[in-house]
Amino acid sequence: MYQGLLPGGDDSFWQNGPRPGAFYSFPNHLPKQSTKVTEDPFRCTLNPMVTGTSVFGVKFDGGVIVGADTLGSYGSLARYRQVSRLLRVNDTTVMGSGGDCADFQFIKSVIEQRVIEEQCLEDGFKFTPKALFNWLTRVHYNRRSRFNPLWNTTVVGGIENGEPFLGYVDKIGTAFEAPSVASGYGAYIAQPLLRDELEKHPVLNERQAKELIDRCFKVLFYRDARSWNRYELAIVTRDSKARIEGPFSSETDWDIAYSVGGYE
Amino acid sequence: MSSIGTGYDLSASQFSPDGRVFQVEYAQKAVENSGTVVAIRGKDGIVFGVEKLVMSKLYEKGSNKRIFHIDRHIGMAVAGLLADARQIADIAREEAANYRSDFGGPIPSAVLADRVSMYMHAYTLYSFVRPFGCSVVLSSYDEDGPHMHVIEPSGVAYGYYGCAIGKGKQAAKTEIEKIKMKEMSMHELVNEVARIVYTIHDEVKDKAFELELSWVGKGTEGLHQFIPAEVQEEAEKLAKKSLEDSDSDEDM
Repeated sequence: MYQGLLPGGDDSFWQNGPRPGAFYSFPNHLPKQSTKVTEDPFRCTLNPMVTGTSVFGVKFDGGVIVGADTLGSYGSLARYRQVSRLLRVNDTTVMGSGGDCADFQFIKSVIEQRVIEEQCLEDGFKFTPKALFNWLTRVHYNRRSRFNPLWNTTVVGGIENGEPFLGYVDKIGTAFEAPSVASGYGAYIAQPLLRDELEKHPVLNERQAKELIDRCFKVLFYRDARSWNRYELAIVTRDSKARIEGPFSSETDWDIAYSVGGYE
Repeated sequence: MSSIGTGYDLSASQFSPDGRVFQVEYAQKAVENSGTVVAIRGKDGIVFGVEKLVMSKLYEKGSNKRIFHIDRHIGMAVAGLLADARQIADIAREEAANYRSDFGGPIPSAVLADRVSMYMHAYTLYSFVRPFGCSVVLSSYDEDGPHMHVIEPSGVAYGYYGCAIGKGKQAAKTEIEKIKMKEMSMHELVNEVARIVYTIHDEVKDKAFELELSWVGKGTEGLHQFIPAEVQEEAEKLAKKSLEDSDSDEDM
C-alpha cells in the first residue's frame, strides 16, 4: 500500500517526480534557473593555476617595504622562477600579489592602463595608495559576490599624505591596514616575526626593516614548500620615489639536513 | 573662394553636381576660423606650437588646452571646434588603450593616424551626423624616428615634416618652408615654432593669445610632454625680440 512512497519504489501515479531530499531539475526550465550550479558556464568554481606564494610588508620610519619572492608555482612544480610579483604603480604607490599569476597580470594591465589615462589628463591628481587599496577592495568584493573571484591576495604599500600606508586585500574582499601585513604562509610564519620585532622596536629604520624582511624570507624558504630563495623588494619612502630593488637571496644554512636520518 | 551650395549642402550624404560634399567643406571652414597650430618635425623630435586665442581676460590661464596626450608617447594638437576635438582625443586614447591590450605595447602613431582618420571619415558618410569640425595633428617618436600626421575633417591623413592648420596657416606655411627642419634638433625647433606663432599672430583682429608648446622626441625619451617653463619663457622672449627687430626694420 505504501510501496510507491518509498524512495526507489515503483509508483504509477508519481513517475519521475522529485525524490525526497534531492535537487530536481524541472523539465523545460530555463538553464539560468537550474539548481545544478555546474550547468551554468559563467558560475564556476575557480582553481588557481600558476600561483605565487606569500607577499608581505612592513612599515618603517618614513616609508614601507613590500616583498615577494620571484616564483610562479604550477602546483608543486617550481615552474617560473623569475616572475616579478611586485608592481610599481607610481612614485608613491607599490603593490605585490600572491595567488593566481594570470589574475595578477590582468589586474596589473588594468591598473597600468588607468595610470596612463591619469597621465594623459595631467590634472595634478595622482593615484594614492589608499585610493588604489580601496578600488582593489571593491573589485575583489564584487567579483567574489558574482562567484568569479580574482584569486589574489594583495599587499598595497606607499606614502599617503606624507605618512606610510600598508594595506591587505583578500580574494574575497577582506581589507585592512596594519603596521605589518602578510599573505599565505607568510601570515603564519612571517607575521609573528614582523610583529615581534615591531613590539621590541616600534620604529625601524630602512636598514633594520630590510634585515627583518630578509629574515622572514629565509624562514619562509626553510618552511614554505612553495617558496624560492630569490626575492624582490618594493620600497617607498617620504623622500624618495617608489622603486623595486632586487633580486636578493637570503643566506640559508642547510647543515641540519645531515642530522635528519634516512636520506643519506 | 567660398561658394553657396544651395540645396546640396543640407547633409553629408549629398554630393553637389560638381562633385563636392559641402558639409565637409563647411567643417573645414570651422578649422580655418580657429587659432593656428604650427608643428615641425626635426631630426630627433617634433614640436607643437598652438596660438590659443584668449577671448576674455576673465579666463583662467592654462584652461581649455588645445594640446592633448594620447597615451604616453603621442601628442595631439587641434584646431577647430574644441568640443569636437575632445571627442577625437577620447577616441584616440581608446584606440591606443585597445592596441595596448591586444598587442602588448604602445600604438605606433601611423596606426593611430589611420584609425582616427577612419573614424572621422565615418562621420562624413551619413545624414544623421555631422562631420567633426576640427583638424588634428598627431606626433610621436620611436626607434624609426619622429612621425607626424595631420587628419582633416574629411578623414584624409597625411604625414608631414612641417604643417600649419587654422587661421594663420598660409602665413605660417610660408615661414615653415624657409626652415631647414630636417637638420634641426628639438631645442632649436622650439625657438623657431615660438617665433612663427608670434609672427603670424594678428594683433589687430585677435587681441590676446596664449602660446602652448609641447614636444616629443629623443630628448624626452619618446614621452610627449609640455615644454618646461624655463624653455618656454626663453623661447617666448626670443620670439618677442625677433618681432621687435622685424618691426623696427619695417619702420626704416
